[in-house]
Amino acid sequence: MSSAAPGGTQEQGRSEYGVALFLAALGLLVVVQALLLPESRISRGPVGPGAVPIVVGSLLVLVAVFLALDVYRGGRGEPEGGEDVELSGGTDWRTVLMLAAAFVANALLIEPLGWPLSGAILFWGSAFALGSRHYVRDAAIALVLSFGSWYLFFFGLGKLLPVGILKGIL
Amino acid sequence: MDALNQLVGGFATALTPENLLYAVVGVLLGTAIGVLPGIGPAMTIALLLPLTRSLDVTGALIMFAGIYYGGMYGGSTTSILLNTPGESASVVTAVEGNKMAKGGRAAQALATAAIGSFVAGTIATLLLAVLAPTVAEFAVEVSPADFFAIMLLAFIAVTSVLGSSRVRGLAALGLGLTIGLIGIDKTSGQQRLTFGIPEIADGIDVIVVAVGLFAVGEALWTAAHLRRKPIEVIPVGNPRMNREDWARSWKPWLRGTAIGFPFGAIPAGGAEIPTFLSYVTEKRLSKHPEEFGHGAIEGVAGPEATNNASAAGGLVPMLTLGIPTTATAAIMLAAIQSYGIEPGPQLFDKEPELVWGLIASLFIGNTVLLLLNLPLAPIWAKLLRIPRTYLYAGILFFSSLGAYAANANTFDLFLLAIIGALGFMMRRYGLPILPCIIGVILGPFAEQKLRQALQISNGHVSGLFEPVSVVVYCIVGLILLWPVVRRFLPRKAVPSVLEEATHEIEEAHHHHGLTSSVSVERHVGDEARRKPDPADPSGP
Repeated sequence: MSSAAPGGTQEQGRSEYGVALFLAALGLLVVVQALLLPESRISRGPVGPGAVPIVVGSLLVLVAVFLALDVYRGGRGEPEGGEDVELSGGTDWRTVLMLAAAFVANALLIEPLGWPLSGAILFWGSAFALGSRHYVRDAAIALVLSFGSWYLFFFGLGKLLPVGILKGIL
Repeated sequence: MDALNQLVGGFATALTPENLLYAVVGVLLGTAIGVLPGIGPAMTIALLLPLTRSLDVTGALIMFAGIYYGGMYGGSTTSILLNTPGESASVVTAVEGNKMAKGGRAAQALATAAIGSFVAGTIATLLLAVLAPTVAEFAVEVSPADFFAIMLLAFIAVTSVLGSSRVRGLAALGLGLTIGLIGIDKTSGQQRLTFGIPEIADGIDVIVVAVGLFAVGEALWTAAHLRRKPIEVIPVGNPRMNREDWARSWKPWLRGTAIGFPFGAIPAGGAEIPTFLSYVTEKRLSKHPEEFGHGAIEGVAGPEATNNASAAGGLVPMLTLGIPTTATAAIMLAAIQSYGIEPGPQLFDKEPELVWGLIASLFIGNTVLLLLNLPLAPIWAKLLRIPRTYLYAGILFFSSLGAYAANANTFDLFLLAIIGALGFMMRRYGLPILPCIIGVILGPFAEQKLRQALQISNGHVSGLFEPVSVVVYCIVGLILLWPVVRRFLPRKAVPSVLEEATHEIEEAHHHHGLTSSVSVERHVGDEARRKPDPADPSGP
């Protein structure tokens, strides 16, 4: 992503057609799925389970058409701003991908390793992805947070988060 | 007065030591999380939702009342000290309050915001206590057809927010409605859009949707554009006001309450328009109009009071009709529903202890907020210095924790990632989040009412048109066709205060880029200014 300046470059214009395409595809999916619903035996009332999905799906398709028209005529979705957000630099996909990796790692590891470790990996990985290079300090904070939240849920809320390999230790 | 008796009963519920503790913890947590930059009240509630799940329903709601007010006050603190409005309703506070803080008057800005929120919150909660039972009594008579019409109005109103593109608002609504469709249809037992995946047969947990859209989406979006520069936080001492500040603040507080409550209470209100209206009103009535834009205390006092009053007003349709008009109210509604309680006209009859306990807790939360936050302000200000790397890593950490803890299911974490990606896309292309979350939460309810109405009329579409609903449909039509209707109106038909408020909103959107987007529908053949749609006083 070399240039994704707020609300205006060619590139964003073209990629915004992708949003319209996504909406249209989703709308079609919803409509088709509704039409394929089998006849229900316990259905009550004159309106079946498919009616509302058909309306919602058609709304999506209709909106997709209008959105594409709007983009064609020069309308642009304005990216959300904020004090921590700098829109002039373009999207930093490297950070996003690393964050996604940390996130998925937690999802995959939470049951085998347990939350105290997988959560710490998530926090440490996210901090690393965002540019923190205090490896030891980050790890300490991560472990305090994940062990702390595990104990908070266990003693404070009576909920057992996964213990994984720490079984018998915690 | 019956309502007052009930309210006393509510205080009896809320003032037990245990429940009082929940209220205090709620305020503290709500403020602590809400004050973190980039975290608005809706995200605060979404992140804390899993914590309250293990409490009984009364305790949970009491804690919510604390979190609700705490989160909002935390948002104002951030706006004033850091110029980061967490939600559109505190954009004005950021405009004037941050200027005050930069001019060395941060303590006064925080004080007028805190005391103004307290005054407005107290008056508005009192109005809520008096009005809500009456509205509920009336709402019992409301037929499914009328309900459906009112919900349609709410949908259209949240998608037609001023200064933003309506096509994109509708797109966001459509996405939300689609997410709401997923799961087993209650009337027929058919699985819809589940594609045979057993984990989503009961629909997607609202916690996952809310945390994904608000927290994960926001964290990813900000991470992709993180501003890597030192954070400038304005140092602040204890909030205080001198005699002149009081003299200049109390009228805006009261006017703000008067503007905010009705806007919150109509099922199409929201908090953005009234805060801007309040700002413009104060600017006109002020003896120091030249200070506006450079840090006028009235410009903080009025909008902050308005914001709180409209939040309390928003609980009227939320509790009596089950219709939320802000993201925060929508998530609270979902929280109540997760206990198997359906907010609506019967709520006051069926669950009096719960409702009045909640209303009493709003008073308590409000008072606790004032007592705690005036002395604690310097500590909250320190939270603003948290390194951004830890802030966003922490958001992802607690999002995952909350989403997992809700159902103890790994599948939810992958869903959270998908919905987070959706939130990222929506932010990138200017699709507003509010219509989406309202669609998710209100969509299934609207479908149920629509089908009930058609069941009553035996499938005749005419059953949808009853006196009340016809009026509501007319309002919906008017909002939808506003750009066309406007041309046939004489130029002076729109009161100039509204006109000015509209202008201010568009300016602010321009500066902050909050969920706004440009669309050609505004440029083609019509002036850019439109009247705030839900300002139509003809509510049902």
